[in-house]
Amino acid sequence: MIDAMKRGSAWLILAGISLLFLIPLLWMISTSLKEPTDLMGFNWIPRRFAWENYQYAFSFGMWGQWTLNTVIITLMSVIGTVLSSSLVAYSFARLRWPGRDLLFGIVLATMMLPGVVTLIPQFILFSKLPAFGFQGSPVWINTFLPLIVPAWTGNAFYIFLLRQFMRGISPDLTEAAKIDGASELRIWWSIILPLCRPVLATVAIFAFQGVWQDFMGPLLYLQSEHLYTLQLGLRQFEFAAGGSPAWNWLMAASLVVMLPVLLVYLCFQQYFIEGFNLTGRSDK
Amino acid sequence: MEGLTQPKVASQTRPQAQAASSLRVLSLRQRETILGWLFVLPWLIGFVLFTAGPMVYSFYVSFTRYNIIRAPQWVGLQNYENIFFNDSMFWKSIENTFWLVGFKVPIVMIVALSIALLLNMRLPGSKLFRSIIYLPNIFSGVATVFLWQWILMPNGLLNTGLGQVGIDGPAWFVDPHWTKPGLVVMGMWWIGGNVLVYLAGLKSIPKELYEAAAIDGASDFAKTRYITLPLLSPTIFFQIVTTLIGTFQIFASVFIIAGSSGGNVALGGPGQSMLFYVLYLYNRAFGKVGVGGFQMGYASALAWILFVIILVITLIQLRLAKRWVYYENEREQT
Repeated sequence: MIDAMKRGSAWLILAGISLLFLIPLLWMISTSLKEPTDLMGFNWIPRRFAWENYQYAFSFGMWGQWTLNTVIITLMSVIGTVLSSSLVAYSFARLRWPGRDLLFGIVLATMMLPGVVTLIPQFILFSKLPAFGFQGSPVWINTFLPLIVPAWTGNAFYIFLLRQFMRGISPDLTEAAKIDGASELRIWWSIILPLCRPVLATVAIFAFQGVWQDFMGPLLYLQSEHLYTLQLGLRQFEFAAGGSPAWNWLMAASLVVMLPVLLVYLCFQQYFIEGFNLTGRSDK
Repeated sequence: MEGLTQPKVASQTRPQAQAASSLRVLSLRQRETILGWLFVLPWLIGFVLFTAGPMVYSFYVSFTRYNIIRAPQWVGLQNYENIFFNDSMFWKSIENTFWLVGFKVPIVMIVALSIALLLNMRLPGSKLFRSIIYLPNIFSGVATVFLWQWILMPNGLLNTGLGQVGIDGPAWFVDPHWTKPGLVVMGMWWIGGNVLVYLAGLKSIPKELYEAAAIDGASDFAKTRYITLPLLSPTIFFQIVTTLIGTFQIFASVFIIAGSSGGNVALGGPGQSMLFYVLYLYNRAFGKVGVGGFQMGYASALAWILFVIILVITLIQLRLAKRWVYYENEREQT
C-alpha cells in the first residue's frame, strides 16, 4: 500500500517534469501561429491560425542560400568525421603497433582540452592559409574550409566511441578475411563498418546536430552574408526587426531551422539510445 | 593500398615476390605497424595542425602584441600583468563565470540525479518520460536561445505562469540581478543528457546488492545512501568534471542574449552581468574592446589563464576524488 503510494507520487512527479520539458516547444509552436496582437498573454490556441507567418519567415534575407550553405557544410563535415574517425578508431582498436597506446592516451586527453585554447591560434592559422580564390577568398577565412576540413581529421570523442565498439567485435570475423588476403582497408570498409552501424549512426547524429546548430564556428569564419549558415541567418533576422523582434515570425523561422534536427533524431532514435548507452556521455 | 597487401599472390610465389618488392620483405608485424600509423594519420595531422601546433603558437602569442596584420611584437609578461592588475573587466568576467559555475553545476547535478533515480524506478511510461526529458538535448543554437528569451521576457510565459500562483516573477534577462538565474533556469532544459548518463550508471549497479539490503531490512534512504551513491560516484565525478569544463566556456547563448535587442555584446548584457569569460575573450580578440581590436596577444593570454584555471580545478577534483569516489576494481586489487 505504502509502496503503491510511493510509486504513484513518483509517477506524478515524472509526468509533471515531462510536461515542463515539453511546454517550451509547445509554446514555440503556438507562438509561431499567432497574430501580433495575440502574442501577449496565456492563451495556447491562437485566435486565428496565422500560417502566413511561415511564409514571412521563409522570405527573409537569403533563406534559400543559407539553407544550401548549411546543408553543404553539414554533409561534408559529417561524412568526413564519420569516415576519418572510424578509420582512426580501427587502427586503435584492431591493429597492433608500437606507440599506439601512447597516441590513444593523447586522443583521450584532447577530449578534456578546453576548446577556447585553440580558438585564437586556429583563427590566425585560417587567416593565413591560402584558399587560392576558393569561394572568392584569398585565405581560408570567409570560406567553408575552416568548418569542413578539420572534420576530416576525426574527432576525439567519436574515435573513442568507435574504438570501444570495434574492440568488442570478435576477431574470428576478420581472421577469415585476412587469410583470404583481404587488405586492412578492405576489412575496415566491408566487415567492420557494417557491424558498427549503431555507433556510426550515433556518431553521425551527434555530428549532424553539432554542425547544423553550430554558432561560434560560422560566426568566426563566415563574414559575407551569402556564405552564412542558418544559425547566422536567424540572428540576422532578429536584427532586421530592429530592436524589437516579431516573436511570431522569429519562432516560425526558428522552428523551421530546428525541424531537420528533430526529423533526423526521430528516424535514428533507436540506434541513438543504443549507442548512447554504450558511451555513457552527453555531448552537451 | 591494394598493391601493398596482396598476400594471396605473395604466398604463392614468395621468393620471387620478395625479390620484386621490398615492401613484401616486411614481416607481418612491420606491415601492421606501417598500416597502423597510416590509418591514424588523419587524426595525427589534425592534432598537429589544428590542436598542438596552435596551442604552442598561442602560448608564444600570449607574450606579444599582435593584431594579425602586423607581425607579433614581443612584450614579455605585459599582457598578463595588465590582465591581473589593470583590467576590471577581466575580474568582472571571472566573478560572473565563477558565480554561474558555482550555482549551475551543483543544481544540474542534483536535479539530474533525482530525475534519474525516479526514472530508474521502472514505472509505467518510464521510456516515454525518458525520451521527452532527453528531447531538448538534440536542440541547441540560436533558435533555442530565442525560444528562451521569449519565455523569459518580463511579461513572458514563465512570469505569466508564476503570476497564476501569486508569484511576481523577475525581469530575468533585463534585470542585472536576474540574468544569471535566468541562464540557470534555461540550462535546466538541457539536463536530459546528464540524466541519461546517470541512468546508464544506475543500470550497471548489480540488483543483488539491493536484494541483499532488502533482506537485511534496509530503508530506501539507506539503500540510496550506502549502495547507490557510492557505486554511482565514478559517474557523478565524471559528470561534475565535464559539466564544469563546459560551463566555464559558456559563449553562444550569452553572446546572442547580450547582443540582442540592440544591446552591445561588448558590454556583456545589463550591468555587465553576462560578461562571462569566453565572451570577454571573444570581445578582446574579435570585438571592440581595447585599442584597435584584434588583440590576439591579449586574448591568447586570457585563453591560457582560463586553461590553467580549469586545469587546477580539475586536478583539485582528482585529488578530492580519492576521498569520495569508489572504484570497485581498485578496492578488489589493493
